[in-house]
Amino acid sequence: MKGRTLLRHGKEGVKNLARNSWMTFASISAVAVMLLIVGVFLLLILNLNHFATSVEEDVEVRVFIELTATKEEREELQSRIKLIPNIESITFLPKEEGLEQFIDSLGDQGEIFETLRSENPLYDVFVVRARTPQLTEQIAMKIEPLPYVEEVGYGKDVVDQLFKFTSFARQVGLFLIIGLMFTTMFLIANTIKLTILARKREIKIMKLVGATNSFIRWPFFIEGLLLGTIGSLIPIIILTYGYHKLYISFSQQLEFMVVDLLPANPLLYQVSSILIAIGAFIGIWGSMTSIRRFLKV
Amino acid sequence: MIQMKDVWKTYPNGVMAINGIDVSIAKGEFVYVVGPSGAGKSTFIKMMYREEKPTRGDVVVNGFNLGQIKEKNIPLLRRSLGVVFQDFKLLPTLTVFENVSFALEVIEEAPATIKRNVMKVLDIVRLKNKARFLPHELSGGEQQRVAIARAIVNTPSVLIADEPTGNLDPDTSWGIMQILEEINNRGTTVVMATHNKEIVNKIRKRVIAIEGGRIVRDDIRGGYGYER
Repeated sequence: MKGRTLLRHGKEGVKNLARNSWMTFASISAVAVMLLIVGVFLLLILNLNHFATSVEEDVEVRVFIELTATKEEREELQSRIKLIPNIESITFLPKEEGLEQFIDSLGDQGEIFETLRSENPLYDVFVVRARTPQLTEQIAMKIEPLPYVEEVGYGKDVVDQLFKFTSFARQVGLFLIIGLMFTTMFLIANTIKLTILARKREIKIMKLVGATNSFIRWPFFIEGLLLGTIGSLIPIIILTYGYHKLYISFSQQLEFMVVDLLPANPLLYQVSSILIAIGAFIGIWGSMTSIRRFLKV
Repeated sequence: MIQMKDVWKTYPNGVMAINGIDVSIAKGEFVYVVGPSGAGKSTFIKMMYREEKPTRGDVVVNGFNLGQIKEKNIPLLRRSLGVVFQDFKLLPTLTVFENVSFALEVIEEAPATIKRNVMKVLDIVRLKNKARFLPHELSGGEQQRVAIARAIVNTPSVLIADEPTGNLDPDTSWGIMQILEEINNRGTTVVMATHNKEIVNKIRKRVIAIEGGRIVRDDIRGGYGYER
């Protein structure tokens, strides 16, 4: 195709959008609303994922060592734990240090436990990390029967619940997004079909004077592309603004929050690209499906 | 140029429009296609530019076999033809110039060529001074002349006209006929379906009469032959 022709198609596409301004407005709004919902879900799911992973990474097996174990016995236990496959790291946490961490974590209120320093009730502990969080349970089971082990602890319930919840949220989100995409596609297809109906005559004349199908399709392609991309820009602006606000208010209260949000960069760039891609795709798809019928002259 | 051999056309709803037509139209001829309404004239004409596809038989136009022509070659066939309709089929939002140049734009002609050729054909149909007018600002005869200009702007070898004077008063019709004859004199084959008895009887040309989907008469210098 010649550059001049492409320019003509571009002009035609824009002209058609302007000529059917109400339809254009309706289509763009439909895309914008749909992509806004998709965008909110994307941000939600990505942050949920991020939260889940960060909690998962915190999952560790705490091996409480019998109080009676000697230093040699303790070292023997350590070397036996090291033999278990899929262990990322093992660190020794003496009970003095454990108490220190405990008191620190309580802040000001920790002071009342200061007296415990002379009568430390805690165990010496090995902190074992699995290579992937899913292996935690398996590893804990293997450590439990070893000698000199008093008890093995890990956040089993928390981990399981979290996995269930994130996968559920992912599925629901995906389902919603796909459903919304189809709804919007049909909306656009119908909107464009209405504008094409008005141009049916024009298409027929074009075909009768020897225009190829692709020549006729091009302006509609550009039209769909524009509808989709313009429609995606609106939710991108809203989401970018909203997320920045949310991020700032979150980080100001960070001390009280267990959760932290994903930083806006690169998250918003990624989400924006996805929204633009979806918008362009449904715009073009909607436009192309509705014109197909009219090309049979 | 145009050849039909044992051509049949049955529409999906069962209407048998063309029932075995054999005809040959040579280069440079001027042919009237006459016959009562519903006789198959329109289908006969539409098959020439492949708006309708023959159910059986061969339709060969400008070297394209229209029974077997591939979808992507249909535009090439239509570029080798010019078609004029009873209802003109002009685009109401485009000027006279744009309506004509449209036919060259779709085949991606260079802008300079487009301008030159459009002005040339507007001169032939005597509308050079109305190039900037919109169709609704013109009379019926003028609109039909724009449609003729559009049909001949890419210098087709065949001009097909489906009742070109059907919507026009007698005086205007003569004007259109004058232009069609002029185009024919330049070597273009003209096939014209018509109901206009006066024209057929006065401007004597080859007449093909169609009735019940068959050719019932084919005279080299025939008259209209129907009382209406």
